[in-house]
Amino acid sequence: MGELAVEKHAQYILSVEKRKDDFESLVMEHLRLNGAYWGLTTLDIMHKLGSVNSDEVVTWILSCQDKESGGFGGNVGHDPHVLYTLSAVQVLALLDRLDAVDVDKVSDYVAGLQKEDGSFAGDIWGEIDTRFSYVAICCLSLLHRLNKINVEKAVDYIVSCKNLDGGFGSIPGGESHAGQIFCCVGALAITGSLHHVDRDLLGWWLCERQCKDGGLNGRPEKLTDVCYSWWVLSSLIMIDRVHWIDKNKLSKFILNCQDIEKGGISDRPDNAVDVFHTYFGVAGLSLMEYPGLKPIDPAYALPADVVNRIFFQK
Amino acid sequence: MDYFRAVYVARELSPRALRLTTEALLRNPGNYTIWHFRRLVIDALDSDLVEETLFVDNLAEANSKNYQIWHHKRWLAEKLGPEAANDDHDFTRFILCHDAKNYHAWSHRQWVLQKLGGWDKELDFCHQLLEEDIFNNSAWNQRFFVITRSPLLGGLSAMWDSEVDYTIKAILQNPSNESPWRYLQGLYKGNPDSLITDERIPQLLLNILKENSYCVFAWNFLLDVLCKGLRPNKEIEEAVKGFTELDDAGSSDQDLPTRICSALERMDPIRVNYWAWRKSNLTL
Repeated sequence: MGELAVEKHAQYILSVEKRKDDFESLVMEHLRLNGAYWGLTTLDIMHKLGSVNSDEVVTWILSCQDKESGGFGGNVGHDPHVLYTLSAVQVLALLDRLDAVDVDKVSDYVAGLQKEDGSFAGDIWGEIDTRFSYVAICCLSLLHRLNKINVEKAVDYIVSCKNLDGGFGSIPGGESHAGQIFCCVGALAITGSLHHVDRDLLGWWLCERQCKDGGLNGRPEKLTDVCYSWWVLSSLIMIDRVHWIDKNKLSKFILNCQDIEKGGISDRPDNAVDVFHTYFGVAGLSLMEYPGLKPIDPAYALPADVVNRIFFQK
Repeated sequence: MDYFRAVYVARELSPRALRLTTEALLRNPGNYTIWHFRRLVIDALDSDLVEETLFVDNLAEANSKNYQIWHHKRWLAEKLGPEAANDDHDFTRFILCHDAKNYHAWSHRQWVLQKLGGWDKELDFCHQLLEEDIFNNSAWNQRFFVITRSPLLGGLSAMWDSEVDYTIKAILQNPSNESPWRYLQGLYKGNPDSLITDERIPQLLLNILKENSYCVFAWNFLLDVLCKGLRPNKEIEEAVKGFTELDDAGSSDQDLPTRICSALERMDPIRVNYWAWRKSNLTL
């Protein structure tokens, strides 16, 4: 157990970035932009972003943009989708290079995905999910273009996905799930609509996610997984109830999921590591103010200094 | 992949292109761009959608948590219409038999029910899954979904009483099961006065606390109903006093809710801050 192996994790992330031809990279090729967000944000939280060539990253990100629609695909040559558009904007924000995009073109693409009932599609093919509500709202907010959508209807749709247990699902009637809850609470937080959340009821549901091993699960009777260290924890922070979980036990759980020899963090102890869980583990520790890590904003999922730069330095 | 890229860039919407997307997707079913292009080809060729359903169901079996596959299924179901609803429900039933909490399968199933129908056997299906695993939170959620949205049942008010009985039975079967406790709480949300007048509630709580004095959910529920105004009968008073006296000699002059909160702080130490907050928030 012990400490966070910052150097090892930084080396692991940089090595993943370089790998393009092994099996894992090929299978994940279409979501490389998400991977860039997970990897680079983790590096920044650990004060290691300096080892990355910003110009190269920006050039590559821009090459993922679909010139016609303004949206971003998961990698060069891929169709645009709101998920990768958010990752692109988040990474550009991280590198303080939002000047590199035509903000109106990107925000028009995202705003164009809103439906009549306030929900958001992921792309032109029309999959609807509250994940996309969060992604769109987060993206537009970072670009200062929330005025391009009908915020009231967006909020109404999210509220229609609220369940009796205080949680939220992917569609109205969908089972409460910590990942969806993060998306809905995050979107409500960004739009100043947290009054729709029953904080005590949801807070209790969320703190019940902590299991005997100290880790968090995403729904009742499911296994613990490091990624819920983010989804559950950030939700609790946004509704001001994070003191209801045992942070010590959770920290120990996350640290136990590290591979301290090769670097990286896995979903649970002794499993294979990946960039996704490395990010969520480190971000979770940051939310709990683990020493030596930059604070991270629970709603925007970016380091707090990046968010401050976007909103408070004009 | 290079062959695929060539037809993709050329926008070649041919049988050859379809075959190339098949090969590419078998290797990497997560590649959403290939799925997009495949849909363009299918539309252009007016391909057999039943055959396509077989193809995607095959992939779904091996990759049941893949978003792109489920969305493709949704796209097909929309095209095939209500006649396809039963076959689609058979498929998600098959997936859920192997992974009864698969979030994608449940989302898809809910979408098909609402768009294309097929509600008639759904409550039975929920019951069957709960018989197999009474802890299945997804099945509990689906139960509520069916009761409140099925056009064939009378809605929550018509089903309410029998649902309370059903839930109580499930709780008695296994009191440490989070889902039916939340379900019960949810049932009374629209009926707060019944919560303190319904005799089934104190009966249930006494039954459990006599056999399982460390059941956190039961103590929590008792705490809730006391806070909402339940006048505790002698048996409940004795149960609380008996239990709390075992652990905390100094509590003899405290009210029941306070004693329960103190007991919960000890029983459920990982959430000690939550129970401390509950204690500080008690209204008498």
